[in-house]
Amino acid sequence: MMTTIAHPASAPREAGANTAPPRRRRRRRPSGWHLFLAPTAFIFLLPFLQMFMASVAPEKELITFPPPFIPSHIDLGHVQTLTTPASGFIGLLSGSDVLLWLGNTTLVAIAAIGSHLVLCSLAGYGFARLRFRGRTFGFFAIVATIMVPTQLLMIPTYIMFARVGLIDTLGAAIVPWLATAFGIFLMRQFFLSLPAELEEAAMLDGCGRWSVFFRVVLPLAKPALATLAIFTLLGSWNDLVWPLIAINNDHAFTLQLGLSNFQGTRRTQWSLLMAGNVVATLPLILFFLVAQKQFIATMTFSGLKG
Amino acid sequence: MTQWALKEDEKAAQRPPARRSGRSKSPPTAVPPKYPVRDSKAARRLALLRAVEGWTFVGPATLIVLGLSIFPAGWALLLSLQKWDGFSEPRFVGGDNYAALMSDPDLADAILHTIIYTALFVPMSILAGVFLAVALNRRIRFIGIYRTAIFVPFVASAAATGILSTYLFNPQFGLVNNVLRVIGLPEQGWLEDRGQAMVVIAIMSLWGQAAFTTVIYLAALQDVPVDLLEAARIDGANRWQAFWRVTWPQLAPVTVFATIWQTIGAIQLFDLVYTTTRGGPLDSTKTIVYFLWEQAFKDLSFGYGSAVAYLLFAFTLLITVGVVIYARRAKIEAF
Repeated sequence: MMTTIAHPASAPREAGANTAPPRRRRRRRPSGWHLFLAPTAFIFLLPFLQMFMASVAPEKELITFPPPFIPSHIDLGHVQTLTTPASGFIGLLSGSDVLLWLGNTTLVAIAAIGSHLVLCSLAGYGFARLRFRGRTFGFFAIVATIMVPTQLLMIPTYIMFARVGLIDTLGAAIVPWLATAFGIFLMRQFFLSLPAELEEAAMLDGCGRWSVFFRVVLPLAKPALATLAIFTLLGSWNDLVWPLIAINNDHAFTLQLGLSNFQGTRRTQWSLLMAGNVVATLPLILFFLVAQKQFIATMTFSGLKG
Repeated sequence: MTQWALKEDEKAAQRPPARRSGRSKSPPTAVPPKYPVRDSKAARRLALLRAVEGWTFVGPATLIVLGLSIFPAGWALLLSLQKWDGFSEPRFVGGDNYAALMSDPDLADAILHTIIYTALFVPMSILAGVFLAVALNRRIRFIGIYRTAIFVPFVASAAATGILSTYLFNPQFGLVNNVLRVIGLPEQGWLEDRGQAMVVIAIMSLWGQAAFTTVIYLAALQDVPVDLLEAARIDGANRWQAFWRVTWPQLAPVTVFATIWQTIGAIQLFDLVYTTTRGGPLDSTKTIVYFLWEQAFKDLSFGYGSAVAYLLFAFTLLITVGVVIYARRAKIEAF
């Protein structure tokens, strides 16, 4: 809305400048906020920078004092020998099942996102637009579950999964992410915000409910679907507590489980740990950089709208 | 995941009355002469068809969500009245588990540690959110870079954050002690020190979650009416006064919401404890949920664990209700 202002000065300052002419001279100077923002931004980036640096640093440099922040040269590590433990990316790839875990996590995330997009948009649409017996009750039961802490559900869910043989399989990590109350809620709110006239017109033209849903409504729902997909991706990719309880078999480990397990068994192999961290985090960081707007929309929705 | 949608829940609770009144408009026009009594069969068929169609849409997701929440929640209540290790025959013990909760010194410690963490984390995350949102809410050079840098830690998992914390705060080789040494301050034990471990965990949680409070405050700041701020300026308020007298009160609903949200998240702390200290040193970072996890999945006390879980649920409800009542009293329209 302030596109007409040619100077980079902020809007409030512009307003102030009109009433207090002497300030006009300061407008072209860089804002003082840089003095706060630049160091803050650097501190927020620091852990990630350290992670990338340490993942390619020679192991020896990480345990000297003081450790250099920037490694002297890039060292991709080595496999385990009789005298030295595995280190770096090479040690990680040769000495652990990290690729399998990456595959498992990817599978969980894809299954979660696919199922969420289908089931939650169907349910959200049903609750938003269709009139049928039990609708109000069903929706309120779902909303009520949002208040229940997941910790309350862990024990019975574990027993249930054990009875149907899901424990120690990847399925245990997938099933809780097939659909969530938040997802249904998000989609319902979105469909309520769409004008119903469009659908009514399509139905007058002879479309049934299903073709209205797939041909008219879903194409309009792309922003909401993006929000839902990101929410599901973050949640299922980073989930730790539930897989920790439900999966003890390291062939069904997710990346997060493998990493937290590393921390017990390879406590001082820093370059290997950091390489594992890079594998687990880099995909999400890259995705964030590409789709920052959608990520922020996801965070905002979870907070304010609805 | 339950953390994400509290507000929606509250708002939705207010919606149905309006919906019902909207629906009641149609029957008077449609019902009287057009459908005599003998068509009730047709009406019932129509209702049935609609129910089938409706439940085909909402059924699968509803079944999964309720099957994995309401049903286990009820079962947990039953379990909390039993003594059971998962293998032998469960034994009904009535309120014994709940009585045992009251006099368990380990649980009391866990509650204390959780309160310490909450008291550290929640105010820090609110303050950081307001501060960063105000700082980021302007059009200056590099603002995009600053925003990205502050938001990107949001994608870091607890496992990754845990490993990063143990390295950054490593007493021997860690960056933090190295910086302290360079500027001439005494080095600290951090995660290996009973008094400091929880502080480190709170700082690293803040690193990962500051983005959340910042984003919601940023959104709220854009809604503060510009003419109010201009009026304050014209009346002679400086920026500081304008912020505290005009902007801050406008942000009150967000503050109430963020406080509830962050508090509920804080009392459920587990991941970061597991991936950094595993409850140590000397149990100083053992939280309620960590205690629950140990009881249920290490000692296999399913009954006692379920009772602890219900205690946690009660805390969650109390905090929410408490803050909402406070907000109503203070006339803040948060919900």
